[in-house]
Amino acid sequence: MAEELLRLTNIHKSFAGVHALRGVDIVIEPGKIHCLVGENGCGKSTLIKIIAGVYERDQGDIMIRGKSYPQLHPIDAIRAGIQVIYQDFSLFPNLTVAENIALNEELAEGRRLVSWRHVREIAQEALAKIDVKIPLNARVEEVSVANKQLIAISKALLNNARLIIMDEPTSALTEREIRSLLEIIHGLQEQGIAFLFVSHKLNEVLAVSEKMIVMRNGRIVSTGDAEEYDTARLIFEMTGQKIAQRSYRFTPEEGSTPLLRASNLKADETLNDVSFDLYKGEIVGVTGLLGSGRTELALALFGMLPLDAGHIEVEGKAAKIDSVQKAVAAGIGYVPEDRLTEGLFLEQAIGNNIVVRTIDQLRGALGLTSPAQVNGEITEWVDRLRIKTPDPDLPVKTLSGGNQQRVVLAKWLASSPKIMVLNGPTVGVDIGSKNELHDLIKQLAGEGMGLLVISDDIPELLQTCNRILLLRDGRIVDVILPEATTENELAAKLIEE
Amino acid sequence: MEQASTQPWYRRLSFDSHTARLMIIIVIIFVAFSLLLPGKFFTVRNMQSMAVQFPEFGILAFAMLITMLTGGIDLSVVGIANLAALTAATILTGLGGEGGMSASIVIPLAMLAALAVGSVCGIFNGLLVARIGITPILATLGTGSLYTGLGYVVTGGPAITTTQFAFLGNGSLLGVPIPVIIFIVLTIFFAILLNRTTFGFNVYMLGTNPVAARFSGINIDRVILRTYWLAGVVGGIAGIIFLARANSAKPDYGSSFILLTVLIAILGGVSYTGGFGTVTGLVLAILSIQFLSTGLNMLMLELSGSSAAIFFRQFAWGALLLLVMVINYYIEERKKRRISRQ
Repeated sequence: MAEELLRLTNIHKSFAGVHALRGVDIVIEPGKIHCLVGENGCGKSTLIKIIAGVYERDQGDIMIRGKSYPQLHPIDAIRAGIQVIYQDFSLFPNLTVAENIALNEELAEGRRLVSWRHVREIAQEALAKIDVKIPLNARVEEVSVANKQLIAISKALLNNARLIIMDEPTSALTEREIRSLLEIIHGLQEQGIAFLFVSHKLNEVLAVSEKMIVMRNGRIVSTGDAEEYDTARLIFEMTGQKIAQRSYRFTPEEGSTPLLRASNLKADETLNDVSFDLYKGEIVGVTGLLGSGRTELALALFGMLPLDAGHIEVEGKAAKIDSVQKAVAAGIGYVPEDRLTEGLFLEQAIGNNIVVRTIDQLRGALGLTSPAQVNGEITEWVDRLRIKTPDPDLPVKTLSGGNQQRVVLAKWLASSPKIMVLNGPTVGVDIGSKNELHDLIKQLAGEGMGLLVISDDIPELLQTCNRILLLRDGRIVDVILPEATTENELAAKLIEE
Repeated sequence: MEQASTQPWYRRLSFDSHTARLMIIIVIIFVAFSLLLPGKFFTVRNMQSMAVQFPEFGILAFAMLITMLTGGIDLSVVGIANLAALTAATILTGLGGEGGMSASIVIPLAMLAALAVGSVCGIFNGLLVARIGITPILATLGTGSLYTGLGYVVTGGPAITTTQFAFLGNGSLLGVPIPVIIFIVLTIFFAILLNRTTFGFNVYMLGTNPVAARFSGINIDRVILRTYWLAGVVGGIAGIIFLARANSAKPDYGSSFILLTVLIAILGGVSYTGGFGTVTGLVLAILSIQFLSTGLNMLMLELSGSSAAIFFRQFAWGALLLLVMVINYYIEERKKRRISRQ
């Protein structure tokens, strides 16, 4: 066995009575890619913050490269070569690429005046180490997510990182960007740098990692070489239960009118001659890389993106959808991509979020809103969608991702739409809830709704949709039937040039 | 709900604690001044005098409440009120008075004109904010100056004097001064509007997150337009009260009311980012400001024997506004920490 980079023994941590970590042991080996997986709330983030010295452990030992740290402060962790790249990368968006990479270094050297030439040199060198080119004078807010990540990595390398911990490293990247990220990571691996990924996307996790660490309820439930795992086993270890994966089959009735017919939709540069039908009871998947027009298609159907050409029919009747109000009137509902900013009123009560679409119908005497009817409606939807909350008067931000998404769904379902467009329905949702949401989607289709599921989660598409439209540069380039393809085939098609 | 007992304590408090705090503040102010000014503050005469004072700015505060709930603000409302008062006064002096039309026609006409001016100004604000998309604080700062300027154009400068509205300002119904009755009617109107109508619900939602409101199918332009229209009408009503109380209209009357109404809204727990705030909180804040104002005046007069109190008041309002915001900040921070610890 190789020398150990990091060893945690019997780590415990509680917050106000909640036992977040219950005796965690892990070992990180140099030059290996490790992956830490687990459902939301299993203690992953707490564990990482303990490794980074942000949280103090209640009990247990931390050894970094053979040295024991009875007290680990963030600065100790950094000096010992542990670097954490959080999801938001902790960069300064208003500063340039060079400044972001090199300013720490400049400050550490204790200079009073910043030498811009020196800053550029440091940055140039740092980027050269991972062999990437990013314009040094660009402001960080202008560069892509993938580049921000690379900037964060080169910054970490400047601090002599031995272990780089990355939180959800691939969540906002396209498949192509993920590949180039992995190439860079493999290069660094050869220099003995270890990685610890924390991720949700299981198929990616399996593809890139060498060592798996699975957490559940504050404990490590399984560790081992990645080859020993497949998606099914990971799900089993994470949730403690077997979740069956079944696909959805559907054939429209002979000669029936489509619920939704989009013909030759064109908008700016983003949609180019998109035509498709959606029947009652159908679940049609829409996939494509970022910028393929998948979100724009949803926005066009929801009246938020003006069409230059083409038309939309709902139940055989032409529908001119140029505002959200008209989309709603035509029976179209939309669960947006960004749940937190577009889907929810975070600080408002769960109940208010549920009735926002139907409040106008819940009126009693004198045409005034009836609190009894409102509460009835709220209780009904909380029960029906099994939203887990002690009280629907709590702000919706107190809910977990899966439950928040149910609130967004409840908001729309309450107004009984005929067509639902779901954009990334299970992003940031743990596996248990994800499956329940998939079941709900299928149930809605079974009740006669037509659903459009926009997603880049390939297993999700294969499990829930009966047909998948593949978008590229604003065009439908392929229509895929889940029963006639595999995850790998679909993934390959997604990134084909 | 069976699990209701497990709900975290902080939730109910987000609204109730603020109202409770205001209640306590009012009581403290009231008791303090009663003790400091024996036989002066807590008297029937003083109560009556305060009762005719607070509706003037109290009514304006509703315009601030509703616009701030949407995440905006209406800084033009005093300008609207003065323009409305000037219009009413012009009609009263031009058409009414000696040898003119009968009062039973001119007075309602003047009132309607004031409300119409309020409506038009409010809708103009609404269009600037909703359609053109100008930040409310800038749009209404501009229109406020515009309306005040328009007032100067109408009058040429001096005040227009008329006593024909005096029956409103000095009159009372069953012992309650008419301005107070108008204030109570508006309180009930806004309480119902905000709590029991779709429009009110949408105002809160829009103020909480305009993007989500749009994605939920709320016609946000229409809600904003109606909000500013309503604020304008409130300005028109305030204009009538101005004229009724002062028996004259001038373009720059009550210029300190803007800061005062913002102070009231913040003190009353209206979130300046929108989405949160109640009529109860606002009314309590209006009352505490009136007590504080009268009490401070009397106290300054008592201590220094001069009328310098009026200048001190301006200082006190500014200081109080900042103090309330700082206190709110720390309360929010503490709340956040407790929540994150849970």
